[in-house]
Amino acid sequence: MENQLHIPTAAELLAKGESPDLLFWVGCAGSFDERAQRITRDICKILHHVGIKYAILGTEESCTGDPAKRSGNEFLFQMQAMMNIQVLDGYAIKKIVTACPHCFNTIKNEYPELGGHYEVIHHTQLIQSLIDEGKLKPNDGHAFKGKKITYHDPCYLGRANEVYEAPRKVLETLDTDLVELKRCRSNGLCCGAGGAQMFKEPEAGIKDINLERIEDVIESKADVVAAACPFCMTMLRDGVKIKEKEDTIQVLDIAEITVKANNI
Amino acid sequence: MIAQLLFAILLVFAGWLFYKNASKIFRNIRLGRSVNRFDSPAERTKTMLLVAFGQKKMFKRPIPALLHLFVYLGFVIINIEMLEIVIDGVIGTHRVFAFMGSFYNFLIYSFEWLAFSVFTACAIFLIRRNILRVKRLNQRELNNWPKTDANLILAAEILLMAAFLLMNASDYKLQGLGAEHYVVAGSFPVSQYLTGILPSDVGTLIVLERFFWWFHIIGVLAFLNYLPISKHLHILLAFPNTYFSNLKRKGQFDNMPSVTAEVKAMLDPSLPPPDGEVSRFGVKDVHDLTWKNLLDAYTCTECGRCTASCPANITGKLLSPRKIMMDTRDRLTTVGKNIDLNKGEFVDDGKSLIDTHITREEIWACTTCNACVEACPVNIDPLQIIMGLRQYAIMEESKGPSSINNMLGNLENNGAPWKYAQADRANWTNS
Repeated sequence: MENQLHIPTAAELLAKGESPDLLFWVGCAGSFDERAQRITRDICKILHHVGIKYAILGTEESCTGDPAKRSGNEFLFQMQAMMNIQVLDGYAIKKIVTACPHCFNTIKNEYPELGGHYEVIHHTQLIQSLIDEGKLKPNDGHAFKGKKITYHDPCYLGRANEVYEAPRKVLETLDTDLVELKRCRSNGLCCGAGGAQMFKEPEAGIKDINLERIEDVIESKADVVAAACPFCMTMLRDGVKIKEKEDTIQVLDIAEITVKANNI
Repeated sequence: MIAQLLFAILLVFAGWLFYKNASKIFRNIRLGRSVNRFDSPAERTKTMLLVAFGQKKMFKRPIPALLHLFVYLGFVIINIEMLEIVIDGVIGTHRVFAFMGSFYNFLIYSFEWLAFSVFTACAIFLIRRNILRVKRLNQRELNNWPKTDANLILAAEILLMAAFLLMNASDYKLQGLGAEHYVVAGSFPVSQYLTGILPSDVGTLIVLERFFWWFHIIGVLAFLNYLPISKHLHILLAFPNTYFSNLKRKGQFDNMPSVTAEVKAMLDPSLPPPDGEVSRFGVKDVHDLTWKNLLDAYTCTECGRCTASCPANITGKLLSPRKIMMDTRDRLTTVGKNIDLNKGEFVDDGKSLIDTHITREEIWACTTCNACVEACPVNIDPLQIIMGLRQYAIMEESKGPSSINNMLGNLENNGAPWKYAQADRANWTNS
């Protein structure tokens, strides 16, 4: 099923003398993490479904430098940034969609000063605009109808960039019972992975941050917790596993929910 | 006449002392690195009006916000009365503004209610701190002086308001008894109920009225000079601190320009190597912070909204954004004293912000989630300080947690934080 979809690279388009209207920045998690790869494929399915002329960088993509910057290695961050900018500018990229709020934040906010100027959107914003344009319509009787869904705000999408509405609007169109977590929007609680925490053991404390967060989800009595970040996805899933709630709580990305509800 | 002279001397002395201590704080803030926060005056003014004057961010927690609003309004408005007290004190008049008639009555009427609400709010604050023991007001970084400081402030405000009301009560009673000098003026909705506890003898009443008058004004002047050594300094610094807020997106961290020059030279060997040695990457001590970080430290009133929203702190880690700010201020105070003792030059004392005050365990527990920045009612940014300390640990010392070093190694070698080959990056397209 999966390999039916051909994912074009920018290099491929260039060879044909073409360039993409939209570059899909996959990100490290989306490229290598098995769970996140499913989200990556779903975003491609959506792009394909609505007929956007898109491409990925493929093996020419490299980490945006976010974890280097947040752990204090400004050299490595700027090296990564400038190399990526060279590649992006080489393909004359103007507009980028990212699957990860960390990539989104870095390219959107920190690349311009280093010479990289692009219109950057997060995939939840893309999905929302496609819904607004009438290009995406949930199927009648889709799987989420009437289900209790909650949304976990990723810090780098929410507080860092004040994108609170787009992911919620996507869920609202599904005719679900959308419930908010007790800590949401600008008061949202981190999943515990930001600032390069994803790559290290937490410091000593009384509990892990993702457990504190998953308790909010359990309290909301939601059947599905929607995520919009591959790191939040990992942390929330681990939390659900540790709390042994795998049978009652599903963790799904907004893109996955969209693909399922639209039967793409 | 002697009283007037004494009052004038006291006023000038208190003013001079405050000026002296305030200039030291100003000098200390200027020890920080430069950062441009003088752009966009319109947006900055708007931020200040909303956040400091309007207390917008306080209302995320409605109950303390309302109580705080009473104290804030009381403080700002009752200070109009201070003008009359100062004129009376210097010229020797009594209630010099009484000629305003019904408007004066209205003013005194409002001051009385405000004084009463400040009194009540401060009493509730004391209860919240010491009896209900609200968590964020009793965390470990508040042990010893910070708790005493908080209680002293509340007690001082209660005493000042009590003196103000008792002064009015004595005055009101004297007015009723037709005492000389005590013109019938003002309206006393609160203190009229206090007259019962006062004696009815004119002589004693005058002594009491004068005592409360002096107690109130000396108290105010003493309180003014307490500010520079107290967390209460926020009543003044909240305004400039919100004016100089970071206006960029919270997710946008500054790119270090010194690094940009070097990286450009590395990527393009035809470029000349950057000139000028960079003294230090990241933050080891307070000198490496920006003046805004230092202003933040003096502005912090240790309310702990940052710490209460910090995911690391909530889950029992050592990190507390409030402590980061308190440590920065403590270190800056020490550095300031060092400069005073050494004729204007800082002499290395073998201490630094990192390690002496803030431990590695604290800085590595941060998820950079910006909850602390969002929570601060006066736009303080503890995250910038944490990031500066991390930059020092990684770039100057190469001393990070081993897992972080591994991640950085992977990133450098294969462009991903995990050990996967760059060539495999698009493998998912084939599966």
